[in-house]
Amino acid sequence: MNKAIEHYLLRLADTALTQSQRIAEWCGHGPFLEEDIALTNVALDLLGHAKLLYEQAAEVSEQDVSADDLAFLRDVDAFKNPILTELPRGDFAFTTLKQYFVDQFNVLLYQALMDSQYQPLSDIATKALKEVRYHLTRSRDWCLRLSLSTDEAKQKMQAALDDLYFYTPELFETDDQLNQLMAESIIPDMSALHNQWQQQVDELLNKCQLKTPTSGWLATGGLRGEHSEHLGYMLADMQFLQRAYPGCEW
Amino acid sequence: MTKTTTPLSESQVKAWLGDVKDPEIPVISIADLGVLYDVTVDNNEVLVTILPTYSGCPAMDTMQEDIVEHLKQQGVDQVRVVVKNTPAWTTDRITKQGRRQLQAYGIAPPLEKSGQPISCPQCGSTNTTCISQFGSTACKALYRCEDCLEPFDYFKCHV
Repeated sequence: MNKAIEHYLLRLADTALTQSQRIAEWCGHGPFLEEDIALTNVALDLLGHAKLLYEQAAEVSEQDVSADDLAFLRDVDAFKNPILTELPRGDFAFTTLKQYFVDQFNVLLYQALMDSQYQPLSDIATKALKEVRYHLTRSRDWCLRLSLSTDEAKQKMQAALDDLYFYTPELFETDDQLNQLMAESIIPDMSALHNQWQQQVDELLNKCQLKTPTSGWLATGGLRGEHSEHLGYMLADMQFLQRAYPGCEW
Repeated sequence: MTKTTTPLSESQVKAWLGDVKDPEIPVISIADLGVLYDVTVDNNEVLVTILPTYSGCPAMDTMQEDIVEHLKQQGVDQVRVVVKNTPAWTTDRITKQGRRQLQAYGIAPPLEKSGQPISCPQCGSTNTTCISQFGSTACKALYRCEDCLEPFDYFKCHV
């Protein structure tokens, strides 16, 4: 059981860390100062969630590892995040829509995880939910603002939707270990969660007057450690310090 | 003279910790912010439990160091600080005095009831607009007063 829990904690932690890293890349590049600050603050919250999840994963691991080891000393094929969160940050429309997809997922997931039979996960969810709700308010607002403004902004949002849409089902992907955790009410039913998510997303995209693409390549593989080429470059950047100066502390 | 042999009391330690301020908002103490959760004394060893505000709050390390340093100055050498996430911190934990201190410093305190307008800490006007959902730190948003035209920080409601 601990193996499955560790596997899932890493899935969530890697998702939070990669998403955090991508939006932190906006630091100094935001479209204007307030948004630069907002993006990096969201990144900071997500990094906090990753830390709590890695600490718990280290706690249940049979190996003698720390949260930092898990974040900075694992290679691409050990990461379990969906490909969505490792995609390069793209333009502001792409970042905004991707953030909205992730925020909507986080809110529904952490709401459900508050009822987890595994107390540490329920505690983390209670803490994280307060923050991701705020993120969702912000990213929803931005989706509406961009989609309903100039033709150029609308085109960019539509292009972002076309590019991103088929990466989203992977957020809800399961495997044998996750199915086992679902059976024991440690994690929620992912297909039910997907339906709730889809409903919320359809509603917003409709308000945004964006057109959902009907066909595309369906992303898969993150849970098995099969990633896009982008993750390797991200880790090279993010893990550089610990690789070059092992054990270095701030 | 030898060191005092009077056993340390929890209330004494709490009183000392009343002087430890939030490193990013140096007018409010960690007690008034609701971050200080518990103090226990066992055989002159002090255990301080704190609740982090936001999961990624970068001020937590400094707060821990400040607590240890502050108690050391009072002659307490054996101090352990534990960071606990349960119960999750909320802005309801900020005391009345803490709210007044934020206001006086120019930060609008978190709303006690949702739906209320946010008042300008400078002139008191409720004619205010949100400029950015995030301000200078994760716990604040940026507002502007439409009457006195001053921008100000709003301590976000976090419940």
